[in-house]
Amino acid sequence: MDRLLRVLYGVLIGATLIYVTLPSLVVVVTAFSDKALLMFPPTGFSLKWFERAWTYDDFRKGMVNGLIITAWASCIALAVGTMAAFVIERFEFTGKRTLEAVLLSPLVIPHFTLGIAMLILASEISLSRTFSLVVACHVILVLPFVMRSVYVSLKNIDPALERAAASLGASPFRVFMKIDLPLLAPGLAGGWLFAAILSFNEFTATLFVTGQRTQTLPVAMYTYVREYADPTMAALSSMLIAVTVLFLVAANRWLGLERILSIEARH
Amino acid sequence: MQDRRPAYFAWFILPSVFLAVALVASLASLFQYSFREYIPGSIKVGDFTLANFGRMGSWVYLRVFIDSLLLSACTAAANLILGYPLAYSLVRSKSSLLKSTILITTIVPMFTGDIVRTYSWLVVLGKNGFINGTLKAAGIIDTPLELLYTPLGVTVALVQYSLPVMVIILAAAISHIDVAYEKAAASLGAGPLRVFWNVTLPLTMPGILSGTVTIFAWTLSAFATPQLVGGGKVNMISNMVYQLGFSNFDFPFAAVLSMAALALIFAILGLMSLGMRRLERVGLH
Repeated sequence: MDRLLRVLYGVLIGATLIYVTLPSLVVVVTAFSDKALLMFPPTGFSLKWFERAWTYDDFRKGMVNGLIITAWASCIALAVGTMAAFVIERFEFTGKRTLEAVLLSPLVIPHFTLGIAMLILASEISLSRTFSLVVACHVILVLPFVMRSVYVSLKNIDPALERAAASLGASPFRVFMKIDLPLLAPGLAGGWLFAAILSFNEFTATLFVTGQRTQTLPVAMYTYVREYADPTMAALSSMLIAVTVLFLVAANRWLGLERILSIEARH
Repeated sequence: MQDRRPAYFAWFILPSVFLAVALVASLASLFQYSFREYIPGSIKVGDFTLANFGRMGSWVYLRVFIDSLLLSACTAAANLILGYPLAYSLVRSKSSLLKSTILITTIVPMFTGDIVRTYSWLVVLGKNGFINGTLKAAGIIDTPLELLYTPLGVTVALVQYSLPVMVIILAAAISHIDVAYEKAAASLGAGPLRVFWNVTLPLTMPGILSGTVTIFAWTLSAFATPQLVGGGKVNMISNMVYQLGFSNFDFPFAAVLSMAALALIFAILGLMSLGMRRLERVGLH
């Protein structure tokens, strides 16, 4: 009975892992197909879809647009989020709870609701679909993640350090720059990275607020899937999956994903 | 330092206040739009009216809401069944290889983005895709199975999409139980099933509740998966909103549906926090 249970448990875990990984593996295999139609199993080997994905104009533009938007959005979110989280954590002021609730609300508001809301607001104030609109939308979406990582890091700073610096005559701003900021740095790096990945991959809200000129890589990919059925998308997806896996394995080795995700067992 | 407001206070808080105002303003203009008259074929909206809300009662839209709720419920249930063993092994397994395998494989889909993830399912479920191709090559079927553009296909893709979040929430809950409880039960003669049923499961109830409800609410706001895997045949609220907005330019009614989705999600999360408080009072936490 015990053995049977153990075997069943192992099979369930194995099957789930296969189910989760299977799509990525299938996509990678498809990318090397030599046929223009999606077919399984593939009949020949070719690298032409990688070449097409790499040279396809919309993907190139989407990549550049995406990187520009991600760079701006993640850096603005990092600066704004750090300052807001610091002030909210350390000071009392009227409207503090409301401000915090509003800033964290994009965690639960559906992205399509946010996207269409920002689009309507932009048209109400006669703002066209520019880069600043997309950046603003992304900053609002990723801000909660930056704020949360700052909160966690701030809780680990001993207030005695701040008091000591202040008692030695440092101004509050100097205390923040010399004591809090350096101690926050690792948490900030994590928050920034997370914000950048989310912004680069964000699709739903972005689809609503981008136009032809500002479309990001995910939006360009979506448009491609709706128009063509060849394995170019599979090739591009394989490249993105490969980068993600390398990145996560590295993050797991050097930073410990379990610690980042706070799921370490207590023994 | 706690009470004295330093000179930089205003500069630190202003940018975030500005963003909060922009967010509230966009939701307010969404709300305002839901009362505007739709002028067919035009992006412009007319005067204030209540007519948009009346259309909510139409069967077409009710059906979309019911479908969305059903898909979300199935997704949440499947997540619990598949996610719990993964989360348990992730926390308790002695093999670090198994641990990092589980961690990396479940987390990767979360970071590859909506489109890559959804596109992968098109390749797996398609008419000449992986499943049909393999079954045909093995001689099991002659005509391809209809997997794409069906509720089943959408659910299969949605479950993979949300499983990482479920595993993270459940793993956090499991890592908070002291192993001593399970060891004590086992040393008193309880079999593994009984230990699980009477000790582990009740102790992780708050995690199970918050995980299931979070996934439920999360799935309700899914867009890319039903859009591509559903292909217009399986529609969730988000797809209806997109179609109304960008095919018909009916932004007023799209606004009504978006507000309804938002209200539904807030209601669900509100009920969850009530439930959590009750669980804590019962003392299971």
